[in-house]
Amino acid sequence: MAEKLTIATTSLAGCFGCHMSFLDIDERILALAEVARFDRSPLTDIKHCRDRVDLGLVEGGVCNAENVHTLREFRRHCRILVAVGACAINGGLPTLRNPIALEECLQEAYRDGIGVENPQIPDDVELPLLLDKVHPIHEVVRVDYSLPGCPPSADVIWAFLSDLAAGGEPSLPRELIHYD
Amino acid sequence: MTRPTFQIDGKPVTFTEGQTIMEAATAAGVYIPHLCHNPEFEPHGSCKLCTVKVNGRNCSACTFPAADGQEVLNDTAELNELRRTITQMLFVEGNHLCPSCEKSGNCQLQAAAYFLGMTDAHFPFFYPRRELDASHPDILLDRDRCIFCALCVRASRDVDGKNVFAIGGRGIDSRLIVNSPSGRLADTPIAATDKATRVCPVGAILIKRHGFEVPIGERVYDRHTIAEESLEREEPIVEARHG
Repeated sequence: MAEKLTIATTSLAGCFGCHMSFLDIDERILALAEVARFDRSPLTDIKHCRDRVDLGLVEGGVCNAENVHTLREFRRHCRILVAVGACAINGGLPTLRNPIALEECLQEAYRDGIGVENPQIPDDVELPLLLDKVHPIHEVVRVDYSLPGCPPSADVIWAFLSDLAAGGEPSLPRELIHYD
Repeated sequence: MTRPTFQIDGKPVTFTEGQTIMEAATAAGVYIPHLCHNPEFEPHGSCKLCTVKVNGRNCSACTFPAADGQEVLNDTAELNELRRTITQMLFVEGNHLCPSCEKSGNCQLQAAAYFLGMTDAHFPFFYPRRELDASHPDILLDRDRCIFCALCVRASRDVDGKNVFAIGGRGIDSRLIVNSPSGRLADTPIAATDKATRVCPVGAILIKRHGFEVPIGERVYDRHTIAEESLEREEPIVEARHG
């Protein structure tokens, strides 16, 4: 039997909607399990890639120092890296804070905003430092493919994985390209 | 007498004297991607999405006059790649967040990007700070999404006769400005029935309280490509203009 395709996934500044959409491939996951094996992923609860993997799927943009660290480590382990969903591709909704200074955002959220109790800006050493802007992942690492959508539908993810598992060059038919 | 003819991608297209390449192509059922062009208005020639090769040179199809014997290349890998790059630049220059935009599915920028097979924006994003104007009771002006096609400028000036909009500034500092002492839309004579509120190809000018009458997934470009929709909408307009 041929070597199984190894797949890793991770979520940065995202909402896990893309991972949920991945699971929406439903029973097709059985066919996928025939040809692929999962490494690091929130789905397996493996925290770090054990080895080099063939395919890495990234959900979410880059909003803090931990995201940068995770993404760079992830890229090093993946032969092919895929930006999955709007946030990985263009930063998504978290970028609504980008035109506003970070200090202003924190003050509004934790000090001056309506209904804030015990106002204080979180500064625990355990918390990853926020970047001044939210970035799409291609501004931090090299990206091989992008699957647009919020989230990309299960059919988009399936079409991509099928192409790749069949050894072909993945390409999305026009009717599967959606940004919403 | 035979009508003058030119070729688009090797296919003969007859035209009426005075027509642009875009008009002749539309009348012949050939789609040339475009955003700032709308056959109801004088061409603007600014978005460059309609770039075609005319006898070997890049020209804007919306402004370039058709001429007998011209050889025009339109649907080629090279030109579509160029158009996709232009579209990517439009995306990074503004704040185009499709999932939270009520124009999504009816947006021509998004539909052009779909048509051109754009799956990412390639370039680093600018994330410019642009002012929102929600002052008018019926019309929302969201400058984040403006692509400076100037269709609202042309519609307000040439059809509504109100001169409400203009493009101010230069280059990356360009912005859509409003012609009133306060700079606010509420202090202009614009009305929700004006042509200027109906021509925005993106979600920059929206009529309030109608955003989600048609659900996402059932909108114009969820059902049709921009090529199909654009030819169907624009062909009768061109025919009416030139007969």
